[in-house]
Amino acid sequence: MMRTAVITRVLRMAPDMVTLYFEDEECSKASPGQYAMIWIPGGEEIPMSLSTINPGGESSLTVRDVGEATKTLCDMKEGDKVGIRGPFGIGYTITGDSPLLVAGGTGVASLAPLAEAFVERGVKPTFILGAKTESDLAFRDRLENLLGDSVVLATDDGSCGFEGFSSQCAEKLMDERSFDAVYTCGPELMMVAVFDEAESRGIPVQASLERYIKCAHGLCGSCAIGPYRVCMDGPVFDSEKLREVREDFGSRKMDPTGKIVGVDH
Amino acid sequence: MSQLSLSVDIAGLRLRNPTMNAAGVLGISAPLLKRVYEGGAGAVVTKSLGPEPRSGHLNPTMVIVEGGVLNAMGLPNPGAEYFVSAIKALRAEGIPVIASFFGASIDDFRDVAELLSEAGADALEVNVSCPNVQEELGMLGADCLNTEKVTAAVKEVSKPPVFVKLSPNVTDIAEIAKAAELGGADAITAVNTLKGMAIDADFRRPILTNVTGGLSGPALKSVALRCVWDVAKAVEVPVIGCGGITNWRDAVEFMLAGASAVEVGTAIRERGFGVYEEITTGIEGYLEANGFGSVKGIVGLAQEAI
Ligand SMILES: Cc1cc2nc3c(=O)[nH]c(=O)nc-3n(C[C@H](O)[C@H](O)[C@H](O)COP(=O)(O)O)c2cc1C
Repeated sequence: MMRTAVITRVLRMAPDMVTLYFEDEECSKASPGQYAMIWIPGGEEIPMSLSTINPGGESSLTVRDVGEATKTLCDMKEGDKVGIRGPFGIGYTITGDSPLLVAGGTGVASLAPLAEAFVERGVKPTFILGAKTESDLAFRDRLENLLGDSVVLATDDGSCGFEGFSSQCAEKLMDERSFDAVYTCGPELMMVAVFDEAESRGIPVQASLERYIKCAHGLCGSCAIGPYRVCMDGPVFDSEKLREVREDFGSRKMDPTGKIVGVDH
Repeated sequence: MSQLSLSVDIAGLRLRNPTMNAAGVLGISAPLLKRVYEGGAGAVVTKSLGPEPRSGHLNPTMVIVEGGVLNAMGLPNPGAEYFVSAIKALRAEGIPVIASFFGASIDDFRDVAELLSEAGADALEVNVSCPNVQEELGMLGADCLNTEKVTAAVKEVSKPPVFVKLSPNVTDIAEIAKAAELGGADAITAVNTLKGMAIDADFRRPILTNVTGGLSGPALKSVALRCVWDVAKAVEVPVIGCGGITNWRDAVEFMLAGASAVEVGTAIRERGFGVYEEITTGIEGYLEANGFGSVKGIVGLAQEAI
């Protein structure tokens, strides 16, 4: 069923990125890594990770303006409404005493609630917050308040923290310290690099994948990667599944017609 | 006790059991279809393939409604030619493949049928019944003459058996089924989705981008069952039942109405890929408990009761 969510507040994160807060009972019960389908009446419906999950309280979506639907979302104000279905999919499984969370760009949206869930269990994860440049580092305060100096900043241009991709920063950290679980969300090529690195050290990985989700109920197949449906068997894939789809992960995806095309970011 | 057999023969196509996925449900890639087969299906059915690649409609393309699901995917598919390698890959693994397809004209239907027949498909399923592309492609299965002509054109170029999939959105499905049989159909699949819509009260507009969509799942079952009943009464060729089948009991009911096999789609949402094995095992238990030696033994029995 389609529900209605009213935007209760808007937080501007970066020049082209906002977080929209709303109240929705079902989303407040979601687990980190799950997503919702967000409908802009008169426009499209797109999948979005839940960037805040608060039992009994506010939920949020974090949107970067990358197309028509996301642009409309980025222009939303308090009191505006969207349609919502979900939450859907399998989120992260919480395991490990010294986990490393690797976020690139808007990937922080699904990893921030995971960091909070870890802290609730008495585990303080190491969190790589990476983006193109300093002004794109989303939820920096939220994470630094939560994790203190366990937050490691990284920027592609070196304007803040480690200079380079989140994956390169992760490689460096994996050299220096030992982790027993790695979680990653962000550009696919970054996640592949993180996965391969962790694999070579035998550390289990959970990565949140993105494909073209249409039905979100596991029926149409448009979001397939190998024998899996990102909408329902994912979006979070563990090492075992990632190995199974390694040929496609970071390399190939289906376009809206079902043809295989390359993955370019 | 005699050996119980779950295998069925549909117009010469022999399957290990009478279950298949419904067209368009997970049929977009070979790995997904392989998973359907591993889930226990007797054969797999592809997404409906057209002469050209199509992206389908924009989201929202699906919404849950009372007792079922409303979809307007709009026949996204990579084109029949592109899918030939997927069909070959599946067959190479010993998986029987039924190629579903559509076209905008009789010539399209013939051309695509020829291509898929040559690709080695074990059967063809002619989709003349999609309710979501009527403005662009029309629905040839809405009248007898077109149904007969399309079927005849497809039969002319096809080596494997040809199933014609009908729509419940017609006044008299028995008449359409007879027309398909006259055109040479080797079996009838009944049915495609029932045309419906959803409107959002808060936004005061239709939810699906396509405005209308096709209803599937339990809400469709009693209509689909009646369609199978009407069709089985009207034609000699085998009938494949489809629409709202969720468990073995539903499947048995369709068989009693006259279906030789069943296609299951929407139930995957809640039951997962194992739904095919679940249904097959349930049918087996039913046959055994009631002293039937084969699926064939119960086909159409309810027709004889009246
Ligand atoms: C997501 C989705 C896509 C579908 N695509 C097709 C299709 O491409 N061709 C077709 O003949 N039927 C298509 N159908 C209809 C199904 O094959 C089937 O006739 C209908 O869903 C009823 O069966 P069910 O209740 O078991 O799902 C589609 C149904 C769904 C839910």
